[in-house]
Amino acid sequence: MGNRSLSFWLFLTPVLVGLGLVVIVPLIYGTYYSFTDWNGLTASQFVGFEHYINLFQDKAFLNSIWFTIKFSFVTIILLNVIGLGFALLVTQKLKTSNLLRTVFFMPNMIGGLILGFIWQFIFINVFSDVGEALGIEGLQGWLSTTGTGFWGLVILTCWQMAGYIMIIYIAYLQNIPGELVEAAKIDGANSFQRFKNITFPLVAPAFTVSMFLTLSNSFKIYDQNLSLTNGGPYESTQMVAMEIVKTAFSANEMAYGQAKAVVFFIMVAAIALTQVYYNKKREVDL
Amino acid sequence: MESKLKNYLIGAFGILLGVLWLSPFYLMIVNAFKSKKEIFMGVLGLPEAWSFDNFVEAFIDLDFVNSLWNSVMITVVSVVVIIVFSSMAGYALSRNKSKLSGGILLLFVAAMLIPFQSVMIPLTSLFGKADMLNQAGLIFMYLGFGSSLSIFLYHGAMTGISQSLDEAATIDGANRFQTFTRIIFPLLKPISVTVAILNVIWIWNDYLLPSLILSENNATIPLKMFYFFGQYTKQWHLALAGLTIAIIPVIVAYFFAQKQIIEGVSEGAVK
Repeated sequence: MGNRSLSFWLFLTPVLVGLGLVVIVPLIYGTYYSFTDWNGLTASQFVGFEHYINLFQDKAFLNSIWFTIKFSFVTIILLNVIGLGFALLVTQKLKTSNLLRTVFFMPNMIGGLILGFIWQFIFINVFSDVGEALGIEGLQGWLSTTGTGFWGLVILTCWQMAGYIMIIYIAYLQNIPGELVEAAKIDGANSFQRFKNITFPLVAPAFTVSMFLTLSNSFKIYDQNLSLTNGGPYESTQMVAMEIVKTAFSANEMAYGQAKAVVFFIMVAAIALTQVYYNKKREVDL
Repeated sequence: MESKLKNYLIGAFGILLGVLWLSPFYLMIVNAFKSKKEIFMGVLGLPEAWSFDNFVEAFIDLDFVNSLWNSVMITVVSVVVIIVFSSMAGYALSRNKSKLSGGILLLFVAAMLIPFQSVMIPLTSLFGKADMLNQAGLIFMYLGFGSSLSIFLYHGAMTGISQSLDEAATIDGANRFQTFTRIIFPLLKPISVTVAILNVIWIWNDYLLPSLILSENNATIPLKMFYFFGQYTKQWHLALAGLTIAIIPVIVAYFFAQKQIIEGVSEGAVK
């Protein structure tokens, strides 16, 4: 199929039109309007960088970025630890391996909105009951403070995504040649040494994949945030995505919301590109 | 002997972890059977009686038959559209080795970096002006957002399908379209299953996009769940029954197709 062949273009037209009208055109159109006083329908004048200057002094926006960064940092570490742990567990040739794999992955099948509602019940009602029974003060009043809201979101996200990360690690663990492990055993390496010197370096590429996924996912989280804390108390657990939605669709500041959305896009793209670059480089070094 | 003991311990630890992982579902289900007063008395134990009253009420309030139908319709049509058009594109891009073709593939891959939230405001505005804030518009948007990863997966799978098949088909008098539908597309079946699974999980559970597009009459399950939950904030017995009902279709599907689902997700993530 040459570039001039009609069939080449016919085969591509539907997806090019789709991507163009749904992603590319809105991105360009939105970026343009973020420099105006656009209200979602019309724009009467250019305001230059006004929105961009304002958003760097916007406490709610800056807080949401900081909250999202802290959240992503903690989640990436926990998810990779739990995911790798699960993967090591279900590749132990236990009788229950398949069942456990199914169980660990199950929360991933259900949408974040519904999971957030379930956990709202657990954090508020179950935690307080258990706390009362065991006399643990710290289990009372979950989701009513910034700290418990933060950890609530972390726990929910780990529960939802650990099975997914596990699957990525399983794929890499299964590629480790058995002879290598056997040879190390014969040479007298204990299980910790085998993990450190064989398993760990060979699953290192899985870090690329799972860190990239966790990071970009945690930046884009909205549903879980909405259903678990709705940003409360006092917008202190509001993540970037929710801040943008609220600016645009609750406060109706379309152009300002879009300026935040453009900054958000630049952040997500920059993180993703840096990470891919960094991980590729590290893999080569190993 | 020692290693046998170790295996038992690991096995027991695994079961413990599995039970812990499932406990949120247990808590949801047992409390969905309780009355408001029973939940207040305690959330850990089993209900006094297994009454389905909460489920009946939630089922009616969720307008479940209607929301289920909306979800199924949107998901099935979107996924079929994505599969048909992405496989065509993946085929065309892999059979054209020019720089332009490589550039188009790169464009789709790069588009995966664009988060939904950064285009949602102009997107709803533009589609609103075109009077397309409806189910058809939503399906078209799913094509726009979903095609990137799908094309990427199809393009990868095409490298395993020899070009000599195309040539043989051309000699036999088939045109491009016939070659694709009769020879290539059937060979792409394994990757089509993966593409279908990934897109079904995403679209079925998606909340934000439909919440900006659909009216309450056309609400999908997550959307309806949101409205429903707002009505029952202090009435956990009904809210939990509603959540249980909303999850049932997913769990049933998962148990029937879990092997394919886990393989598909694995393939989609690792590539």
